[in-house]
Amino acid sequence: MKLFKTRIASPLVKVLASALVAAPVTAADDPQISGRIGYEARVFADDGIHAGQSGTGNSSLLVEPELYWQWNNGDDMLVFKTFLRWDEHDSQRSHGDIRELIWTHVADGWELTAGIGKVFWGVTEFQHLADVINQTDAVEDSDGEDKLGQQMISLSLVRDWGIVDLYLLPGFRERTFSGSDGRLRGPLVVDTDNVRYESSAGDKHLDAAVRWSHSLGDYDLGLHGFHGTNRDPVLTRQGNVLVPLYEQMDQLGIDVQATLGDWLWKFESIYRDSSSDSFTAAQGGFEYTLVGIMDSAMDLGLLLEYGWDSRGEDGTTGVQDDLFLGSRLTLNDMQSTELLAGIGQDLDHGGYSVLVEASRRLGNSWKLSLDARVFDSDDSLDPLFAIREDDLVQLTLERYF
Amino acid sequence: MLFNKSLTNPIKKPLLGLIATAVLGTPLIAHQAQAMTPQERGMEISVEAKQRDIGWTDMATVMTMTLRNKAGQESVREIRLKSLEQEKDGDKSLTVFDQPRDVKGTAFLSFSHIDGADDQWLFLPALKRVKRISSRNKSGPFMGSEFAFEDLTSFEVAKYSYKYQGDESLDGIDSFVVEQYPTDKYSGYTRRVVWLDKAHYRVQKVDFYDRKNSLLKTLSFAQYKQYLGQYWRADRATMTNHQTGKTTVLDYADYRFKVGLKASDFNKNSLKRAR
Repeated sequence: MKLFKTRIASPLVKVLASALVAAPVTAADDPQISGRIGYEARVFADDGIHAGQSGTGNSSLLVEPELYWQWNNGDDMLVFKTFLRWDEHDSQRSHGDIRELIWTHVADGWELTAGIGKVFWGVTEFQHLADVINQTDAVEDSDGEDKLGQQMISLSLVRDWGIVDLYLLPGFRERTFSGSDGRLRGPLVVDTDNVRYESSAGDKHLDAAVRWSHSLGDYDLGLHGFHGTNRDPVLTRQGNVLVPLYEQMDQLGIDVQATLGDWLWKFESIYRDSSSDSFTAAQGGFEYTLVGIMDSAMDLGLLLEYGWDSRGEDGTTGVQDDLFLGSRLTLNDMQSTELLAGIGQDLDHGGYSVLVEASRRLGNSWKLSLDARVFDSDDSLDPLFAIREDDLVQLTLERYF
Repeated sequence: MLFNKSLTNPIKKPLLGLIATAVLGTPLIAHQAQAMTPQERGMEISVEAKQRDIGWTDMATVMTMTLRNKAGQESVREIRLKSLEQEKDGDKSLTVFDQPRDVKGTAFLSFSHIDGADDQWLFLPALKRVKRISSRNKSGPFMGSEFAFEDLTSFEVAKYSYKYQGDESLDGIDSFVVEQYPTDKYSGYTRRVVWLDKAHYRVQKVDFYDRKNSLLKTLSFAQYKQYLGQYWRADRATMTNHQTGKTTVLDYADYRFKVGLKASDFNKNSLKRAR
């Protein structure tokens, strides 16, 4: 049984390993160890509707230790962060990943990083169009915010007119998908052992990206370009499985946030060109915060976003004409209690998804989270249709160290 | 961000000049005290306190924040703070959380401004996301503590109007009492009453009055130490909320001045790698 599919890659690991060994030569601070360990219980409202799926209950364990080391008076640092999950039913969800193994050197006006790392681009909350560097670790959560570590060498230049980040990305990470026993998947399982690439270099293709970002008064702006392997696969049916094809793509994108008093206005847009498709997509909206509601210390944030995609209903995207509404309640108490609730409504298909995320610290090192997801659609063309019976409640208890 | 003494920031030099001329312009110093209105005298004390704290350039410190509720339950935050003095604007500051563990690595970058809203960014380490946040929320609690954001941001002379209330002995320390009225409509206070010792113009105590003008909180400073032969910083600041019975104690350790911090230590890149 392949319990842990460790998804590591590239000779960069070796480079990093030697950096790790070389590091103690210079005066170094003691390495710091931190991280979290947790238990997750999921209860689905219904039995799975696709053949082979597990029942309504699922347990899972996770551990995410991190080692941090700095030397050279803080001008050099190394982060080594691994992630391991064991899942009761889904062998694909039981997986490990090197989230980060990255060395950073800081100098006056520039910064060099090399290794496996994570980069976030963008400003919106319900969809992350601009965020293309890292592959999605899709078995973790349906929100797409968990990412796999990406091999990279990057140079960041700090100038008066903004920050320019240049990336070389040697090697590609395949997206994770639920296995046959897993929930939150379509009727056909994605065969992750039978992956195809458009480029003859396969998963060794050298991708490149550049980003400029700047803050001008109340405005935070970002522009990016990406050339390389599309993180989103084209899934084609082959027998009774889906086979992922990773094409080459070029992408240009923009992200803007205007911070005007209590209002945060957000906008992201991309143009993406690949052999099978070229399209434009955009996501925009606002977040408005009511401070100290009802004469209390609590804040209430109201979020509204709209997502659009030029491919319309033909596209594989779940977001082509969708409206998102959300509210974020922050108690500002000793335990940092938070509640986020949102709904995404597909204006074409009539499908919707509901998300609830609540969390609270217990004592100084424990955290309890309660999440809920509801998916509904009557339209078989809607990606939500496949997971319409996967409504779930999830309880997570984590210990931080 | 000051996090400690309420009068740390340099004010705009031209403004300082104007105020100095307006306040100290008359050569008849002896008659001045009598001639001044309580408003002018309050302004004069505040400008003097400010002027005594100019030129510290940059600073790094470590704070332990202990939150205590009425039942005696405690929660501890460990925070590192770096500040860079700006000659013609408010300070730049970088705040990094070490405790509680679940927020470890969360960092906060702030460019405070004399005029207009501050610029603030938050780094969320789990997502590696830098988020520009609204700085309007100044009356809200900082990390669940009894300190509001506005209690921790740097003091600017222009952010208040003043009224000198007289002299008082506070625990045996001869002090000026000055009322401060926030000019910002988003402040959570109608006024603050500040006790400054006459010897060094250090803030000893602050009473905060809420929007209904009721006494809300008291902040007391203790164990002042002098750095670089000029700048006074308290080792301890205690905030007591009279309406809820909760307290927050801030203990400072390892104050270091002129450690060579630069503007490049206060940008989005440094925010992302702050540890």
